[in-house]
Amino acid sequence: MSSDQQTIPMEVDGPPPRFSPEALQRIEEILTRYPEAHRRRSALIPVLHLAQKEFGGWLSRQAMDLVADHLGIPPIRVYEVATFYTMFNLKPVGKHHVQICTNISCWLCGSDAIVKAVQQKLGVGFGQTDKDKRFTLTEVECLGACVNAPMMQINDDYYEDLTPDKISGILDGLT
Amino acid sequence: MSTGTQILFKRIHVANSHTLAAVTALGAYQSLEKALGMSGEEIIAQVKKAGIRGRGGAGFPAGLKWSFIPKNDPRPRYLVCNADEGEPGTCKDRDIMRYDPHLLIEGMAIAGYAVGAQQGYIYIRGEFVHEAERLESAIAEAYAAGHLGANLHGKGATFHLAVHRGAGAYVCGEETALLESIEGKKGQPRVKPPFPANVGLYDCPTVINNVETLSSVPEIIAQGGEWYSKLGVTNSTGTKIFAVSGHVNKPGNYEVELGIPLKTLLEEYAGGVKGGWANLKGVIPGGSSAPILPPAVCETITMDYDAIGKAGSMLGSGAVIVVNKSVCIVRALARLERFYRHESCGQCTPCREGTGWLSQIVSRIEAGKGRMEDLDLLTDICKNISGKTICALGDAAAGPVQGVLRHFRDEVEYHIKNGRCMVG
Repeated sequence: MSSDQQTIPMEVDGPPPRFSPEALQRIEEILTRYPEAHRRRSALIPVLHLAQKEFGGWLSRQAMDLVADHLGIPPIRVYEVATFYTMFNLKPVGKHHVQICTNISCWLCGSDAIVKAVQQKLGVGFGQTDKDKRFTLTEVECLGACVNAPMMQINDDYYEDLTPDKISGILDGLT
Repeated sequence: MSTGTQILFKRIHVANSHTLAAVTALGAYQSLEKALGMSGEEIIAQVKKAGIRGRGGAGFPAGLKWSFIPKNDPRPRYLVCNADEGEPGTCKDRDIMRYDPHLLIEGMAIAGYAVGAQQGYIYIRGEFVHEAERLESAIAEAYAAGHLGANLHGKGATFHLAVHRGAGAYVCGEETALLESIEGKKGQPRVKPPFPANVGLYDCPTVINNVETLSSVPEIIAQGGEWYSKLGVTNSTGTKIFAVSGHVNKPGNYEVELGIPLKTLLEEYAGGVKGGWANLKGVIPGGSSAPILPPAVCETITMDYDAIGKAGSMLGSGAVIVVNKSVCIVRALARLERFYRHESCGQCTPCREGTGWLSQIVSRIEAGKGRMEDLDLLTDICKNISGKTICALGDAAAGPVQGVLRHFRDEVEYHIKNGRCMVG
């Protein structure tokens, strides 16, 4: 949030994104969770999660503007939230977003060797996406699975109790 | 190893313990039934008598917190469960949520009824996608069975519950940052007072408790506050889940009575220190923000709020991180300080700047470019952060530095003088 703050992608290309009918229905359901006077704003983070999932794993400027428009809140409120929280990707990511925890418990249990094994297998470093856009590799802070360290998260799934020899099989098994 | 009283994990070994069918057979929601026959004051009195302190890290007495909700106030009230679980080393709430979500839901329904809140939210860290799905399924089951919604158990009370996923920000574990986040804003903590009990979610009276705290409530109601208060030790009553990670042979979440000797927890529950007890370098007793304890202290200390506090650290979230002698303490500290720098929300200057300086200086020492005057500089920066910020994140960044300088100063000095680790 400080040194590695994300910035809003300003360039706009391609047709404007649209929510699918299923997503629109889901948004209506999300809105009902909150009191009427506050629901458009409170729905922002859940709807950004949904938009990210809907539009290929990241939030373009156009996707954020769509969310702002749909919820009826100023775009700047959407940008400041999207840039604050690390789970919102503001540039394209590969099909499989591989996030390796290197915080204290994982580090004590050998995350350095996991990082090395993943980097060797994928041929990319932290913050990089491979040329086929299949994998993006990110270093992350503690993900709350410390008694099963070391661990990584790929898209929504946790992979725990890792050893370097398991890495190849896990990555090859992704479709 | 003796497994003592289990309150939080008593059902998690049963097949399909995350489903209503499995836990109903084991008495789930019977405490809610009992509570609905009591007044809110009576419930709060039982929780006060139990003496349970907040399990998220601050250790504030839960019953007292509930009693701060203003009476005769026309505004709606809210109950919020803090399931952000971001303190490095901590992964206890996750096991409650994925293996016994109904325990938490029942605790929230009771707490909501007691404080007069008709709406509750579970703020769960964004990365726990599957845990959030588990909770949502369990909430749907609870609604269908009349354990949530209008007219609970046909007795007239209303309690609605929804899950709100965060999106990756450690600071949102701080209760007012968490409220901001539910309101759809950046997670920047609020100035206190006013406290959330008066001005909380949507500027309304709000109680915020940790998953583990709320999940302890059904048993307190079932057995009575008096019974609960006899578990554990004075000022640290009840059971606690300790998430033991790092250099032990059997890392895991262990529910034990507070006051257990640390050595017993590590040797009898967590399979012992890797390489044997003599190979122990130190233990971080309550999540990464807690100052590290050296082996001489670990030998005799007990795991309760008072004992750990007296030793200059804190019980925090109960995340016990074990470090053996293979580790360079400077490198470990550099990793932690990088974390705090990354997670500072940037709102308060002492934290925003201070965490950056702490990280840079410790990293410089680690890289063999340290200077002896860095030791005083680190102390000085810690002093200029602690107590000078809106929330405790700054203090949390200072704690590990202060712990290392207190107990491992010689190792830091060696690193500076020789430009490399004492270890390996």
